[in-house]
Amino acid sequence: MIRLSNLSVSEPGYTAGAGASRPLLEVENLFVEFHTREGVAKVINGVTYDVRAGETLAVLGESGSGKSVTAQTIMGILDMPPGRVAGGSIRFHGRDMLAMSAEERRKIRGEGIAMVFQDALSALNPTFTVGFQIAEQYRIRRGLSRGEAKRRAIEILDQVKIPNAKQRVTEYPHQFSGGMRQRVMIAMSLALDPEVLIADEPTTALDVTVQAQIMDLLAELQRDRQMGMILITHDLGVVADVADRIAVMYAGRIVEQANVHELYANPGHPYTIGLINSIPRIDEKGQELRTIKGLPPNLMRIPSGCPFHPRCPRAEQVCTQQLPPLLQVGPTRASACHFAEEMVSRG
Amino acid sequence: MAENILEVDNVVKHYPVTQGVLFKKTIGQVKAVDGVSFALRAGETLGIVGESGCGKSTLSRVLMNLERPTSGLVRYRGRDISTLRGRGLKRMRRQIQLVMQDPYTSLNPRMTVGDLIGEPFEIHTEVAPKGSRRRKVQELLELVGLNPEHLNRYPHQFSGGQRQRIGIARALALKPEIVVCDEPVSALDVSIQAQVMNLLEKLQNELGLAYIFIAHDLSVVRHLSDRVGVMYLGKLVELGTDEEIYERPTHPYTQALLSAVPVPDPTVREHKQIIRLTGDVPSPANPPSGCRFRTRCWKAQDLCAEQEPLLTTRARTDHPSACHYAEIREIVATHEG
Repeated sequence: MIRLSNLSVSEPGYTAGAGASRPLLEVENLFVEFHTREGVAKVINGVTYDVRAGETLAVLGESGSGKSVTAQTIMGILDMPPGRVAGGSIRFHGRDMLAMSAEERRKIRGEGIAMVFQDALSALNPTFTVGFQIAEQYRIRRGLSRGEAKRRAIEILDQVKIPNAKQRVTEYPHQFSGGMRQRVMIAMSLALDPEVLIADEPTTALDVTVQAQIMDLLAELQRDRQMGMILITHDLGVVADVADRIAVMYAGRIVEQANVHELYANPGHPYTIGLINSIPRIDEKGQELRTIKGLPPNLMRIPSGCPFHPRCPRAEQVCTQQLPPLLQVGPTRASACHFAEEMVSRG
Repeated sequence: MAENILEVDNVVKHYPVTQGVLFKKTIGQVKAVDGVSFALRAGETLGIVGESGCGKSTLSRVLMNLERPTSGLVRYRGRDISTLRGRGLKRMRRQIQLVMQDPYTSLNPRMTVGDLIGEPFEIHTEVAPKGSRRRKVQELLELVGLNPEHLNRYPHQFSGGQRQRIGIARALALKPEIVVCDEPVSALDVSIQAQVMNLLEKLQNELGLAYIFIAHDLSVVRHLSDRVGVMYLGKLVELGTDEEIYERPTHPYTQALLSAVPVPDPTVREHKQIIRLTGDVPSPANPPSGCRFRTRCWKAQDLCAEQEPLLTTRARTDHPSACHYAEIREIVATHEG
């Protein structure tokens, strides 16, 4: 198994504590499948990644690539059935979460690992005030009194820069605008001081100017609290702005993992190249966009060999037969392509 | 310069806000579109960008004659479309077609692809006499890059990108002159988005279509558009060629919008200047006096609250901008190099 140990980024002010040498969260060779009437959909097929304190790992992929299901499995909120973990481990501080009791996992949720969802309007309960929903965590998990819990809820709303938090704490989710609602969600996920924050498409539903505000806020909170962050997104622009490392997913596998600068400057997998080429660029206006031909695979019938081979411009015989493993092809990069070395060395 | 085929003249669309059930009374107006003027030339693409709630979709509904404007005119080839009736209206409708955003909800799940694309022919029988419809539909499927054999399939058997192609084929069935695309690629994945954009461009070249391309994604709009209009809270705040808008934006809102676009290049993140707007877009039911952007604008003066800036070319600009203090400012916006 490849561990990209030298990829961790030390930020200024990063204090190497006891756990610094070891990633906070390690997902190793994870397999998840869904049993449906039509058959078994293999959604996650051996995903391996890790996150350290103070680092942002971006998980990039299109719909159906398995990026959100991986996060749901980490959080233990995957519907089972139809979902089923078919193999692998998820370790938090070295302990396998998949082997824990439901009670132990519950303790990690919120305090250890918390999650921000894409659509704040459906993630928040419309029948309770936002203050109640945030304070609930303090009351149940910390045993605080109602008054004290409310005071803490106001405090955390202040930290996510909601103006007038004292009044707004008694309002309901529908009274907030899209951007403010996402701030409420972030406040809620941060209430118990998690060590790892998973943000699943946190700005996809928002307008660009609001998106910029929310991404700024997330980056600032992550820096101040030295959290490990997993940012799940399909937007290559957002990733370039905030990520330290990127894992690109396709058909339930990681096809490339690299430091952000390397990935954009010199992508090491044909799928990554295709994604980057699909973005409209100024200097190629009026020209045809370079696309990736075809469609993402049906997860019930994943192609043999490399799952990307039917869409790949450089596929050869070997690609249809052998699944390329995710191999280290540089000090800070791994790629799951038979021709990775060639591609990377050519620059 | 090509002739103007569609002229939008000071179009206003207000929706009443009512209170009460039995005795409804109007307590206000949502000013969704509030005085928008522009012209569309034959064969060109006019991009309209703006954030949610700025009125771009209401505008598309007015252009399609699905909503009657509160005031103002939309003229197609010189004729006011809202006064057309009967045969004249039917003829006009053939010429302006719509491609909708969500390929999942805009196709009837109980109709086959053949029926969906062929439905316009039932109303406009003169375009395709009964016997030739099947062949016409197959031609359209081929035109948008789908397998003509899939005539009898249902929408759920297609992926999102393929469904959007079905929507495009349906819009082209009557050989329109103008296609209004309302966020046609925003529901699609990046790799599929590029395929659909290439298709739209190919169709424009082959069929000489004029597009009104409404979207919130600035890089998508730039790739396809000849001219771009920027909307904020029911108003057009800046209008120019793609170069004028993207290289030399003069309205503070355009500048902020461009600066907020995430650039897919990690090397610019250290020296990128983002103009951070504070707060949210005000409610269109109660827009600010004077310039509507002034509540979020860093340049706002007393004049901005008193006088509404007109969309005109000013001393320091080379294209129309609705700002009293319009000035060119360079923004690192889209991916280059």
